[in-house]
Amino acid sequence: MTATSENLSMVETPGVAWRKQIRFALIGALSSAFIALAGMPVGLDGRSIIQPVLSMGFLSLLWVPFVLATIAGSEVVLEGMTARTRDSKDLLAGGIVGLGSAGGLVLLMVLIQNFNLRDPLVNWSPQLLNLLSFNRSLAVGGLLWVLLGLILGVFGGAMHVLPKKLCSRIRTVVLSVFAVSVLETFLTDLLEGFRLEVLTDFVYYKRGGLEVGGALLVAALALLIPLLVGTRIRDVKKQVVDLPAEERKRVNLILLAVSAALLLVLPFFLGKIANELLANVGLFVLLALGLNVVVGLAGILDLGYVAFFAVGGYTTAVLTSPNSPGFSPELPWPIALIVVVVLTGIVGLFIGAPVIRMRGDYLAIVTLGFGEIIRLLFLSDWLSGWFGGAQGITNIPGVDVGIGTVKGTDPRSVFLLVLVFCAIAIYVSWRLENSRLGRAWMAIREDEDVAEAMGVNTTNTKLMAFVVGAVLASFSGAIFSAKVGSIFPTSFLMLVSIIILVVVIVGGMGNIAGVIVGALVLIGVLGGPKQPGLLQEFSQFKLLIYGALLVWMMLKRPEGLVPNVRRTRELHQDEFLQDAWLKGEIDTGDQEELS
Amino acid sequence: MNNPAVPLLELRDVNTHYGAVHILKDVDLAIYPGELVCLLGGNASGKSTTLKTLLGMVTPTTGEVVLDGEVVTHQSTSYRVERGATMVPENRRLFKRLSVRENLELGAYLRTDRDGIANDLERIFELFPRVKERINQKSGTLSGGEQQMVAMGRALMSNPRVLLMDEPSMGLAPALVQANFELIQQIHEEGVAIFMVEQNANMALSIADRGWVLQTGRVVLDDSAEALLANPDLRASYLGEAGQG
Repeated sequence: MTATSENLSMVETPGVAWRKQIRFALIGALSSAFIALAGMPVGLDGRSIIQPVLSMGFLSLLWVPFVLATIAGSEVVLEGMTARTRDSKDLLAGGIVGLGSAGGLVLLMVLIQNFNLRDPLVNWSPQLLNLLSFNRSLAVGGLLWVLLGLILGVFGGAMHVLPKKLCSRIRTVVLSVFAVSVLETFLTDLLEGFRLEVLTDFVYYKRGGLEVGGALLVAALALLIPLLVGTRIRDVKKQVVDLPAEERKRVNLILLAVSAALLLVLPFFLGKIANELLANVGLFVLLALGLNVVVGLAGILDLGYVAFFAVGGYTTAVLTSPNSPGFSPELPWPIALIVVVVLTGIVGLFIGAPVIRMRGDYLAIVTLGFGEIIRLLFLSDWLSGWFGGAQGITNIPGVDVGIGTVKGTDPRSVFLLVLVFCAIAIYVSWRLENSRLGRAWMAIREDEDVAEAMGVNTTNTKLMAFVVGAVLASFSGAIFSAKVGSIFPTSFLMLVSIIILVVVIVGGMGNIAGVIVGALVLIGVLGGPKQPGLLQEFSQFKLLIYGALLVWMMLKRPEGLVPNVRRTRELHQDEFLQDAWLKGEIDTGDQEELS
Repeated sequence: MNNPAVPLLELRDVNTHYGAVHILKDVDLAIYPGELVCLLGGNASGKSTTLKTLLGMVTPTTGEVVLDGEVVTHQSTSYRVERGATMVPENRRLFKRLSVRENLELGAYLRTDRDGIANDLERIFELFPRVKERINQKSGTLSGGEQQMVAMGRALMSNPRVLLMDEPSMGLAPALVQANFELIQQIHEEGVAIFMVEQNANMALSIADRGWVLQTGRVVLDDSAEALLANPDLRASYLGEAGQG
């Protein structure tokens, strides 16, 4: 066995896979044309990344040749083989992919010039043609795209030829400039809080986007900072990891305390926009944490989760608003919250009881139905005497917390309130995950019948998942009610359920940190169902991007953005065992199926 | 070795239906403490249903299930697990994405005695040293033989008095089947009564004390293992068609 693996190591992986390059060139052509026809270049042209050189509209096309060429050029080095040395052929391969992507656009431009397909394709417009041809003639525009595609494609291919370190530097610089530009509203807001407007004034153009000088500054910083502190951070990290378990625990606790304190102070340095944004993210973190218990831990695919958000929101509205049409006790929010939690828990039991008898796809469809039923009940004329029908309930007071009132006009207070509830939800989720109940949930997720045979009471355990999920959603609903000040059935569309599910999936199912990252990225940057994110211009493409992201995640990274620590460790262990097996160090003793 | 006074687990005149279909017909069987017994039968003879009825995953239409002298016909599975009955499911069915340790911990789900659990974990490590090596590995990545060990370990973690095994040799390579039966004997020697549902009649009867043969839901033979092995009816009706499995 050792002999073969030595022989293998002399075998180089085969050269450039040309068919793959051609395939990716075609994918590039289709993607570019699709993006152009979806209206992204025109729709996003108003948002500039680097003024006046690059707008988000052009970026929506320019990433295609580069990224596809990089992907097309990546090769899996089979175990035991050595990676081949990359050469100019890889640059050529990248160029082909780039040319293909540009070719799709050129073809589109020619077609737009000569035919009119505006009827089914709304973006088939002279405006798009002007934009694509840089306001010049078709020939000049086409030539420019071919050149751009070629350069970017070669550059993408070069990511495999250039030394690794240089590539990662380039990546850092490009991503930093992009991130600083995307985070403009947030950073301006933050720096204003620290009275550092000078800095933002220098970096950003007045009407959005980075100045060229600003972009250069950011790029320089992105290059220099890793050089200065890169190794030091790694050293400190290593020191901490090497500490004995008890001291490491203390260090972790201190870090936790410091970051908690920072989070609590942060809202006071943020302006309205940033606080509002983070409050929205927090509301979705609460919802996603709840759904994470149901879907991620217990494995119950609930597509009607918005129902509990709605019940929480409406109950709060009825109990606190003086305008509540049927029953209006005008309770203070904290007392109302207790009723809300109890009531939503009961609704969780009622919806859960019939639902958990089903499994798999049937369950998903039934929950979808319940989600809609709850919304339609709030909308119905039958119950409009209680919930106001389509007019909803208005004039919901804020939360009186003694020192002040938390209401929508003061996003800072909302964010602080959300933060407190997020902390509670995170603690609860964390404790549950490692509890006996959490283990029972995971057992049910893996194999319900066997879980039952182990003595898990599957009915009660699944109901508990529903109730915990419902209660966490009701927190979010109660805060949402007080924040917005009015509540309508349209706030609780099915789309909300889907978006919460996407947040959970993209972040990493069954993983608390993943859920938070997922909410930050999706809700914070792209925006929620009705809440604008940092990229407000994206709102019309939000669902397209959500969908694309979901497909990509399911194909390439099913474990989510932040994979479970345990799962990663196990994956590494698999690799280790496989290596050992290849070297013949482990005798598995049996050759039958390794299911 | 047998204590004929009180059966540990017993079916009394049980009839079971799935929908309108009559599966088990007047089944009577008793498992005594410390016994190793097997239930034989061809496909669709009602073997698995018998096992599910014993553990409460299927409720009989008429008749009684008795666990340690107590009628538990309408008690839940977890009630029966708590009182000393557990099963090793067909095809092992581990919680594949959970680690070996988590699988074992779930076996002890209903127990609260931490010391006892820790002791039993050590006992399982002694019984299956291979399991200890793989304790943090995801159980779905184990080989078939190792999975069988974890499945048995998981069942033993509930500290059972009677272990119900559904087709323990199914899906195992022929070389492993023998080793697997040796493991079952080993567990049996620790004093756990074992009720085994098997298609591999020769192998099962070679280690069992007694056995039943089930045919379309009815117990047609009930005898000691030696007698069953020698019985020409068994050879004709069952071994003849199912062969060595």
